[in-house]
Amino acid sequence: MATQQSRTTARYMLAPAVVLLLGWMLVPLIMTLVFSFKRYLPLRGGDLGWTGFDNYIRFVTSSAFWPAVVTTLILVGSVLIITVVLGILLALLLNQPMWGQGIVRILVIAPFFVMPTVTALVWKNMFMDPVNGLLAHLWRFFGAEPVIWLSDVSLGSIVLIVSWQWLPFATLILLTAIQSLDGEQLEAAEMDGAPPFKRFAFIILPHLGRAVTIVILIQTIFLLAIFAEIFVTTGGAFGTRTLTYLIFQRVLESQNVGLGSAGGVYAIILANIVAIFLMRIVGKNLDA
Amino acid sequence: MARAVSQQRKIINTTSAWVIGLLIFFPILWTILTSFKTEATAIADPPVFLNFTWTLENYTAVLERSNYARFLWNSIIIAGGSTILGLIIAIPAAWSMAFVPSKRTKDILLWMLSTKMLPAVGVLYPIYLLFIKMGLLDSRLGLVVVLMLINLPIIIWMLYTYFKEIPGEILEAARMDGASLKEEVVYILTPMAIPGIASTMLLNFILAWNEAFWTLNLTAAKAAPLTAFIASYSSPEGLFFAKLSAASTMAIAPILILGWFSQKQLVSGLTFGAVK
Repeated sequence: MATQQSRTTARYMLAPAVVLLLGWMLVPLIMTLVFSFKRYLPLRGGDLGWTGFDNYIRFVTSSAFWPAVVTTLILVGSVLIITVVLGILLALLLNQPMWGQGIVRILVIAPFFVMPTVTALVWKNMFMDPVNGLLAHLWRFFGAEPVIWLSDVSLGSIVLIVSWQWLPFATLILLTAIQSLDGEQLEAAEMDGAPPFKRFAFIILPHLGRAVTIVILIQTIFLLAIFAEIFVTTGGAFGTRTLTYLIFQRVLESQNVGLGSAGGVYAIILANIVAIFLMRIVGKNLDA
Repeated sequence: MARAVSQQRKIINTTSAWVIGLLIFFPILWTILTSFKTEATAIADPPVFLNFTWTLENYTAVLERSNYARFLWNSIIIAGGSTILGLIIAIPAAWSMAFVPSKRTKDILLWMLSTKMLPAVGVLYPIYLLFIKMGLLDSRLGLVVVLMLINLPIIIWMLYTYFKEIPGEILEAARMDGASLKEEVVYILTPMAIPGIASTMLLNFILAWNEAFWTLNLTAAKAAPLTAFIASYSSPEGLFFAKLSAASTMAIAPILILGWFSQKQLVSGLTFGAVK
């Protein structure tokens, strides 16, 4: 049993982590909040006083706002659908008996470990370059006109790149979940003559429900924050400016800190809505 | 399984899994292959796959760029430093929550997790400003601290999950025998916790190595790690496919190898123990 002394010690051991994280959360958060109510242009006069909710209104009424919201939704939504659907299929396949399973797993997981700037640049140049890219070669081979990927289907290209990056994550987690499935139940269903589709729909899919939810929530948080992939490929041009990228441009490129901070507050609220659901699941798991 | 899987089905599984696996891996494979081609072969039409004269000239060229070693060194210092610093702070915290839990432990754990959800772009300017004020902009120290902080919740969570699995009876027995708190930690917990600590270290090193928001926004020339070095190939140097491939291969190879060792921990680490 823990004694009073060990409780005190425990508290001291926990303190540095708590203090640091508290500072890391509160200091920048409060600064962002303060800036968001100010007219603050570091390169053009600096702090020009309070403006109330002006920045919040201007951020959502600017012509760039709604396109950025739509872009963000399309990007996050498409990547989620692609990675979850393909992830389930791939996890089901990888769970089957086969030769060289370990190696195939490694091949499938590898993209997750590639740094985002490398991913973006390799796709941009070696695959999507309209003249020398591999896809252009492929298109020409079939007698088609090469696609100028990053300007003509810019958002689609970024969806492809980001999906490639995140498919391993979804697959790996769903595979882990499938492996924890009770084999006997499946076997019993098979004995009773349930066809593969029914076994999937009534036993595997319900079992995967929680894992799918977790994949969706965690990926949403990361996907909302996608940055390097856009920075390196299109720089936010051709309709690929997400909310994150828009805020980045407001803050660092045009140095309109007040406006960017108001955008930042919106982003924080958005991420927190997703986070609440995730925390609820994780929290339940802690009790178990 | 009780029923033997037919050989035929196994062949179909194997073939389709290998085809899909290779397709997914292909961009990486292509990058590695291209890194051994000459610039001319790299853009040959039609593309050559294996039948080319292999050369190391791109690696020599990239390594000869006076600053490559510095980018690499920065990556090692930043990823390694933030991981070690994070462990120093996280081990006692996770230890205390796992072995001396209180009513608030669960809330503290969840709150720590919530700090991880804070979108970086929301606090970009404050951090940028604080960095300027404290002279940390474009410094390795600054990035070590920031990357340590963004990964600290994951480190604590992973360690907590591992420590939780150490049976409490062992500790009680040690206490009965009169072991002090210090002895308990040094002689009993640490040896049992080393595998968990090692995998936490591995995963966090990978995450820090690949981090590409703060490393791009808070560095210029001096402290930039490989993420920024690669981004600098964006244009017009990116047109040199073979050199880009060599630089990319060098930036990802160590992490691919480390990553293969950490697949198992990846799942519980990144889902905060919700999927095991």
